Amino acid sequence: MVYCIGHSIISPLGEGSQANFEAVQAGRSGLKIYSDRFADVEPFCASLFDTPQDFVELCVRSAQQSVVSLQHSAFSLASKDTIFILSTTKGDNLNLLRPAQQIAAHFGNPNPPIVVSNACTSGVCAQITAMRLLEAGLYQHAVVVGCDLQTRFIVSGFQSFKALSPEPCLPFSEERKGLNLGEAAATIIYSRERLSVSGERCWALEAGAIHNDANHLSAPSRTGEGAYQCLMDVLQGVKKEEIGLIGVHGTATLYNDAMEQTALERAGLQEIPRSVLKPYFGHTMGAAGVLETILCAMAVEKGYVIKMLSGFGGVNAAIRLKTEC
Amino acid sequence: MLKTEHYIVITPRSVVLNGKAIEVNETGSKMLVELYRRYVGDYPKFFKMDTLCRLGFIAAEILIKESGRSPDAVILANRSASIKNDTDYLATISEGNYYPSPALFVYTLPNIVTGEIAIRQAIQGETAFYILDQEEQLEPIILSTLHSKRSTVLAGWCECSKENEFYAKIQLYGTID
Repeated sequence: MVYCIGHSIISPLGEGSQANFEAVQAGRSGLKIYSDRFADVEPFCASLFDTPQDFVELCVRSAQQSVVSLQHSAFSLASKDTIFILSTTKGDNLNLLRPAQQIAAHFGNPNPPIVVSNACTSGVCAQITAMRLLEAGLYQHAVVVGCDLQTRFIVSGFQSFKALSPEPCLPFSEERKGLNLGEAAATIIYSRERLSVSGERCWALEAGAIHNDANHLSAPSRTGEGAYQCLMDVLQGVKKEEIGLIGVHGTATLYNDAMEQTALERAGLQEIPRSVLKPYFGHTMGAAGVLETILCAMAVEKGYVIKMLSGFGGVNAAIRLKTEC
Repeated sequence: MLKTEHYIVITPRSVVLNGKAIEVNETGSKMLVELYRRYVGDYPKFFKMDTLCRLGFIAAEILIKESGRSPDAVILANRSASIKNDTDYLATISEGNYYPSPALFVYTLPNIVTGEIAIRQAIQGETAFYILDQEEQLEPIILSTLHSKRSTVLAGWCECSKENEFYAKIQLYGTID
């Protein structure tokens, strides 16, 4: 078990986890129609920053914010006991390793960083990697930064797949027409020790699982096999009544939502409240698993939170958080 | 130690299985096709794959066939993600010649190779892809994965920066033979 000791979200909806949480509470969405953002690309609906962001600068700002409230001598971003893990799919203009090195170097961290690039599940997989490295005793703290910025490359590709909805997405609706892309950076710092001020609300990452459907590269299994196996793994030892919220992927593509519904029904979890954040942020790719974990945990006062994701390459992942540890 | 005896190294000019060279006539990406014809032959989806996927696919195929082991997880890493196929996709959206190819776009994620291996080998366990500076960084990641559950993991380096520039070193981790 590892403890969250700090977190941050920077998105078009706001700067900081609290600002983003309040934006969602107020029902604000970052989704807009863009018709001339990228040359040749057809108009699309997405949640983008008003001004183009620098990938490394954005990640650095997010990591910086996540430690603002943490004045603890046992923790330092520059320490050899701290590892940086970047979750991204397309990185800084198709370069994934260099930005991770630049982020770690910015804070004077001596360890070679790890980049997790596991399609849409990257942000959850990065947290699982962090948990394992800490539990194995290799590091004391892990800074998990998730980030992706939208480019002509990504939008054109999703358009060629006919996966984009021309209007704000409608997850789990019969009317759903596809997904919206989004931009964000989010950071969670995990630690082997609980370093937050006593009495303050916190959460711990208790379990994680990754499973492949072994079925198709760009469409999820119809039986939700990988997602179901992830749920069964992370639910071990947990009573259903103790689960406060399930953060689903809910991209609003025809196949993803149907698959998730099937997996949740098979696991007997169809009655548990779900958090679906894509209508607010769009699909923020490498940031999604980190950003959505933070907002799900903030939304639940007490109990367990399950966060699940599925993505290209047939990969699925889920984690279990325990809030108010 | 958790490393088994089984490993394979593929470069554009050589294939080495458990320390012994496998004879090949072709080089580069043609050599991968030669290996496919010799070891597989009945999986036409191979020809849809980009070079990174062909490399990982064929390495996994030979390793699993020759070792008789069936891994339940696939963990691969490299330095340059899916850059070769990213470059190929970029060519389909050049200005003045904009015809984005969905067939190429699907391969613009590095973890697709782990998905191709999972489908072929019917592996429903963990699949993951890491971008690292050095091969040595992968070992603690694999060991901490094994630490959290007993399994046989197919893991290693799988990199393709250009059509005829690639390198794979993949091995089986688990209980020692």
